[in-house]
Amino acid sequence: MKGLKPEDIKIILATDCGSTTTKAILIEKRGEEFRLIVRGEAPTTVEAPFEDVTMGVLNAVGEVEELTGRKLLNEKGQIISPAKGNEGTDIYISTSSAGGGLQMMVAGVVRSMTAESAERAALGAGAIVMDVISSNDKRLPHQQIQRIRHLRPDMILLSGGIDGGTTTHVVEIAELISAADPRPRLGTGYKLPIIYAGNVNAREAIKETLGDKVDLTIVDNLRPVLERENLLPAREKIHDLFMEHVMAQAPGYRKLMTWTDAPIMPTPGAVGLIIKTIADQEGIEAVGVDIGGATTDIFSVFQGVFNRTVSANLGMSYSVSNVFAESGLENVMRWVPFHMDERDLRNRVKNKMIRPTTIPQMMEELIFEQAIAKEALRLAFIQHKSFATTLKGVQQQRTIADAFDQSAGGLTLVNMTTLNMLIGSGGVLSHAPRRQQAALMMIDAFLPEAITRLAVDSIFMMPQLGVLSTVHPKAATEVFDKDCLIHLGTCIAPIGESSARGGKEEKEILAYSFTMPDGKNVEGSIKSGEMRKIPLGLDEKTDIPLTCKASLNPHRGFDLGAGKGNKIEATIHGGVSGIILDGRGRPFILPTDPKVRVQKLKEWMLALDIYPKEALERL
Amino acid sequence: MGHAYTPGLKVTEKIQVTKKRILPLKGDVLVKVGDKVKPDTVVARTLLPGNVEPFNVANVLGIPPEDIMFHMLKKDGERVKEGEVIAKSKSFFGLFSSECKSKAEGTVESISSVTGQVLIRGNPIPVEIKAYLDGDVVEVFEREGVAVSTWGSFIQGIFGIGGETHGEIKVVVKDNQEVLTDKLIEKDCKGKVIVGGSLVTADAIKKAVSMEAKGVVVGGFDDKDLRDFLGYDLGVAITGSEELGITLVVTEGFGQINMAEKTFSLLKSKEGMMACINGATQIRAGVIRPEVVIPYVGDMHKKEAMVDLENIGLTEGCPVRVIREPYFGHLGKVCALPPALQKLESESSARVLEVEFQDGTKAIIPRANVEMLEE
Repeated sequence: MKGLKPEDIKIILATDCGSTTTKAILIEKRGEEFRLIVRGEAPTTVEAPFEDVTMGVLNAVGEVEELTGRKLLNEKGQIISPAKGNEGTDIYISTSSAGGGLQMMVAGVVRSMTAESAERAALGAGAIVMDVISSNDKRLPHQQIQRIRHLRPDMILLSGGIDGGTTTHVVEIAELISAADPRPRLGTGYKLPIIYAGNVNAREAIKETLGDKVDLTIVDNLRPVLERENLLPAREKIHDLFMEHVMAQAPGYRKLMTWTDAPIMPTPGAVGLIIKTIADQEGIEAVGVDIGGATTDIFSVFQGVFNRTVSANLGMSYSVSNVFAESGLENVMRWVPFHMDERDLRNRVKNKMIRPTTIPQMMEELIFEQAIAKEALRLAFIQHKSFATTLKGVQQQRTIADAFDQSAGGLTLVNMTTLNMLIGSGGVLSHAPRRQQAALMMIDAFLPEAITRLAVDSIFMMPQLGVLSTVHPKAATEVFDKDCLIHLGTCIAPIGESSARGGKEEKEILAYSFTMPDGKNVEGSIKSGEMRKIPLGLDEKTDIPLTCKASLNPHRGFDLGAGKGNKIEATIHGGVSGIILDGRGRPFILPTDPKVRVQKLKEWMLALDIYPKEALERL
Repeated sequence: MGHAYTPGLKVTEKIQVTKKRILPLKGDVLVKVGDKVKPDTVVARTLLPGNVEPFNVANVLGIPPEDIMFHMLKKDGERVKEGEVIAKSKSFFGLFSSECKSKAEGTVESISSVTGQVLIRGNPIPVEIKAYLDGDVVEVFEREGVAVSTWGSFIQGIFGIGGETHGEIKVVVKDNQEVLTDKLIEKDCKGKVIVGGSLVTADAIKKAVSMEAKGVVVGGFDDKDLRDFLGYDLGVAITGSEELGITLVVTEGFGQINMAEKTFSLLKSKEGMMACINGATQIRAGVIRPEVVIPYVGDMHKKEAMVDLENIGLTEGCPVRVIREPYFGHLGKVCALPPALQKLESESSARVLEVEFQDGTKAIIPRANVEMLEE
């Protein structure tokens, strides 16, 4: 930071180089607090014909200049630092997922144990895991060798065995890697970095096997005993090597690295840091999602355990066609309240895939794109739930009650009933023209149960704030609270089977009473299959969500976390979309009759003011 | 986005095209700098290590793994043929014997007395790299490959399938709007690169395969037909390795879209000449677009100033093509670039531009939804 003390920092410029767009934000200290001033963006320029990420950075910063009138670039196109008067910035920081982000391969001995721990370490560091090689992954050795040779990852994380355990298996995996002689993805003049984080007793043998061929780094075992993971040393080493090897090879990054005042972080690593910080500070269980063009990342903190998954081929531009292929036409179209010709629809999806930077101009295109987003989020969350589990392979004490439950551990940590907050980020959520669209996308995709607060990243700035939190935590927290997080409100969804599957009688499932901030009481009830919005906004001066006392009385067969039919008292937080009462039941099943489905979709969309009435009537 | 514009795909009458032709593993380079090469000329060759086949010999013979060495008839590094006995055991004073035969031809790579497993490495797999272009070798990368360069016309497509191939250009449609149907494909298309107009039908592409045409270059293709042709729904746009008997280069997009006038007339003017085409597409980091290269025959190595389109932003008068609904595929000229964000029908706010279409009508389009065209 060029010798600046944190208290001297008044202007902060931060960028995030995404796979499609480079986003720049300018933060300024006004009075005693840091606030976001403006945001600019430009297409990322890591690909041909530009092949220099700094061009996109300069274009995005140029837009910030245009919008603020603050001169940030000098005549040579360099960032002016430190700030003086109406010129320059005190610090400049950046995150990046351009060029495909950090692509890793992980290897371990047992797929569900050390290999899975290694995968968690890599994902937590912000990597895309291209493949997991293990002794029991059902592939023959020559197939594994071919796979390693073919993949060309940025780095490999090798783990296996508990400290003091058998060494043979992990050395065998090292032999496979050695036989494959893998080459790094970017650049040719350097050896592939491999991190060994396995059994300490195998270190010498690993050095002998791999030492000459690759750039080997040894860190503490990430699974020293079966009952405990120790992921931090491996994660930190991944970050170091990301900077030293991967970033330095990507087009233009060597230059960008000399500009920044803190190491460039992988975008998902930075977002994960922010989500974890919120959950820790507020002592809550949280799920964060970042839906991008190529990938969807999900972060969760349950029972204090942080997990991240990345669904490499679920996204809204490059991967849009894959969402369609994985989810199926029917699943996407079930969210669309009008008919579309299949041939035309398929062509539209593919055209978005081949020209990923286009945006929906017409209302029907927006509705369709948001339907695809729901499916991308739903599929990514299924993956996350199966990965965010308790440690597998750990012996558990069993009682007679467990006699019929033969699971070998590894139960999902994700509990939708105890989830306190769901935070959305990424273009389709952050830039939804109406905030309630983001709320409904998240509700339909994640199906929160009982009482869950909803929020979105206002303009997709969590990555920049994540990296900022490493150099100036105060500024990061202030901007996060005041400018980044948009509180959408709270979703109240009773658990229980709704009878509203079309044609059946719709019964009352929840009676409610809210004592509003002005002292007025709002009372009523919702029927199964019904959605309703009750306004409860933000404080006009502070933008902090207003709260109200609620008395919620679910009917027999429905549960709000206190057991079926049990009444609960709670404090409910408001937001720009207010309180959303979701009477559609959990598990949620859409009506199968197309006519009833379309009618219901329109009913919900109108109740929550998702799309303009005239558009829904016209389409 | 102040600088939001999609640089158009390159369609150029004359350009120097240089392609690196690199082996997957080090091997032998067969040509030298200055050599003239044809698309089929082999420029480099190597042998990939064969596949490894494991056999659990101890299990087959019913012996403990530690005894394996006593029963092996072949040692480390020895050649074996498929069906050849590699280990034998005898029991009950030699009355009963069992054998283990190799299921593959190759070399014994390792014998493990821990697991009783024997690994046989199959024969090396020869790999050859061809020149792909009709041109000159301009650089040799020792033991790795070469760079081949040529002057010619160059057309970038938006999407393709199938790998590198070459053939004589044959335009079978009357203009850039005509649909390429099976009726237009005759026996004389064998070995040719067929040029169509706005769309190629599923039947036409099948007929082209049956007539042994080398490739099809066309404006649009229906995704539904793509799925039927490939046999699966393409999720991620990474193509080029399909083996369908033909290479397809789509120049505009999915659906029926007229091939850009400039692209069509360029191809039409080169009818009868050889085109080197590649359908490989990767719309990801390290984007790869399909291409058509039409090398010049004879000495045409004079350099001409190229318009560096990438460095020019959108300006008034700039020709553009709309690349999203509701005006998808329409061509026009930018007539205004209002700086302020504007609300679209979808209620999104975006930077927009005003386009005057060829028929004189005007429309407001988000800047992200147009691509620039070369004049």
